[in-house]
Amino acid sequence: MFSKNDVLETIAMVEKEHLDIRTITMGISLLTCIRDTAEETAAKVYDLVCKKAENIVKTASDLSGEYGIPIVNKRVSVTPVSLITAAFPEKAPLVGKALDNAAKTLGIDFLGGYSALVHKSTADYERKFIRTIPEVLATTERLCASVNVGSTKSGINMEAVKMLGEAFKEAAYLTKEKDGIGAAKLVAFCNAVEDNPFMAGAFHGVGEADTVVNVGVSGPGVVKHALEQIPNADLTDVAEMIKRTAFKITRAGQLVAKEAAKRLNAQFGIVDLSLAPTPAMGDSVAQILEEMGIETVGGHGTTAALALLNDAVKKGGVMASSRVGGLSGAFIPVSEDIGMIRAAEKGAITLDKLEAMTCVCSVGLDMIAIPGDTPATTIAAMIADEAAIGMINNKTTAVRIIPAPNKGVGEEVSFGGLLGRAPIMPVHNCDSSRIINRGGNIPAPIHSFKN
Amino acid sequence: MRAVVTVTGKDKKGIIAKISTFLSEKGANIEDISQTILGEYFAMIMIVDISSITEELSVLAKECNELGKKIGMSVYMQHEDIFNAMHNV
Repeated sequence: MFSKNDVLETIAMVEKEHLDIRTITMGISLLTCIRDTAEETAAKVYDLVCKKAENIVKTASDLSGEYGIPIVNKRVSVTPVSLITAAFPEKAPLVGKALDNAAKTLGIDFLGGYSALVHKSTADYERKFIRTIPEVLATTERLCASVNVGSTKSGINMEAVKMLGEAFKEAAYLTKEKDGIGAAKLVAFCNAVEDNPFMAGAFHGVGEADTVVNVGVSGPGVVKHALEQIPNADLTDVAEMIKRTAFKITRAGQLVAKEAAKRLNAQFGIVDLSLAPTPAMGDSVAQILEEMGIETVGGHGTTAALALLNDAVKKGGVMASSRVGGLSGAFIPVSEDIGMIRAAEKGAITLDKLEAMTCVCSVGLDMIAIPGDTPATTIAAMIADEAAIGMINNKTTAVRIIPAPNKGVGEEVSFGGLLGRAPIMPVHNCDSSRIINRGGNIPAPIHSFKN
Repeated sequence: MRAVVTVTGKDKKGIIAKISTFLSEKGANIEDISQTILGEYFAMIMIVDISSITEELSVLAKECNELGKKIGMSVYMQHEDIFNAMHNV
């Protein structure tokens, strides 16, 4: 049984510290929708997604009311679309539009899975599919795309890396009236996970059940508040405090995930405890690191603090839930975190430091705005760097970078809402085109041969 | 099925009366009440049986919030499972 203090603590977490269930994401397999033509496939996809997820918004709202915890986003992820459009890749955009329409019908904010998995090499239909991504992102509103360009087991596909560098440029250019928002809906992955509930990188893996409910829990504000209670504790105690807090947050997620799966007639997938910031004050991962004792995030010691945070979050989460998955850790998107935005404005955090931080956190270079005239090969080289970190360290890394059209250092991009705003960061101006144009594969590391 | 009703805010007359009248009208049965007053701050936690409530829990919870606003207190009604999940290993 719980005590009076437990009740008041939970309420304070929601009222003052932004505890929320960040997303209920329903993963839906589209493999049964494959038909002879793109038109028939698109129609079938629309019907299936609308039918399977028809109650997702109502269920989330009911659960939120019953448990008194806000459920912020309702989302859907689907089988990588490149697989179901392999016979007519040039017409894949029809399926993309059908998915975007389904998202609008359902009243959900994002739908992920306009994706391709090309970590070893690129099949011809995938090459054609990847070329459709920028246009599709520019002509849809809620659809998100991702491409897995490498893995620890297979190495890095440099042809795909090069294509993605170009895709980011083009996606931003085609949406130049909106600061290049198209690029904010695209993710290049290494070691992509099949059950991630968070956008923009969510897709429903082929190894998954037919219909699955995955839940993403957040709560950077709760962790920061907990650490404020122990300003002079040593780092062992700091880690312990984070772990305990992560445990409580994950438990809330597990409860909601199980109940949501039951009511939506789907399998309970995983709980992903990721400290995902929002632009709201007090909902920042950067501010947790600062609370741990770094004057401004980006300063020396930031990587160490983030390593402790990320690991303690995972430990608390694993203890709390029978099924932990997704990315589980700390996210460090620049535009979505008020502490990061401030540090970037002061010049305290740079791309190089962010890259170092991605070695120890759960994702990668996320929501970073760079000058619009950055060459595609330089962006591809950034993707290659991140993919190398993921490949060698057996972890997921990702790149979601926005080359802001017609803008340069000193200016900012602003997307509003959850995507926030970001000052444009300088990149290294040296030419990386030779290494990118070489093509081929970066071979899998020796430690991938565990058989 | 049980829910927890939490009432917090500045102490004033008639809080318990208003809340318990509301709950009994909705078919919720109060099983336990604990209450503290710290200075001017009032905190009350009730455990209520909701097996025979007349509305859905999510609707009733919203009405509790609204009642709270009317009487100038913060009032929540939540399924007890959330506290069991978060605070028990």
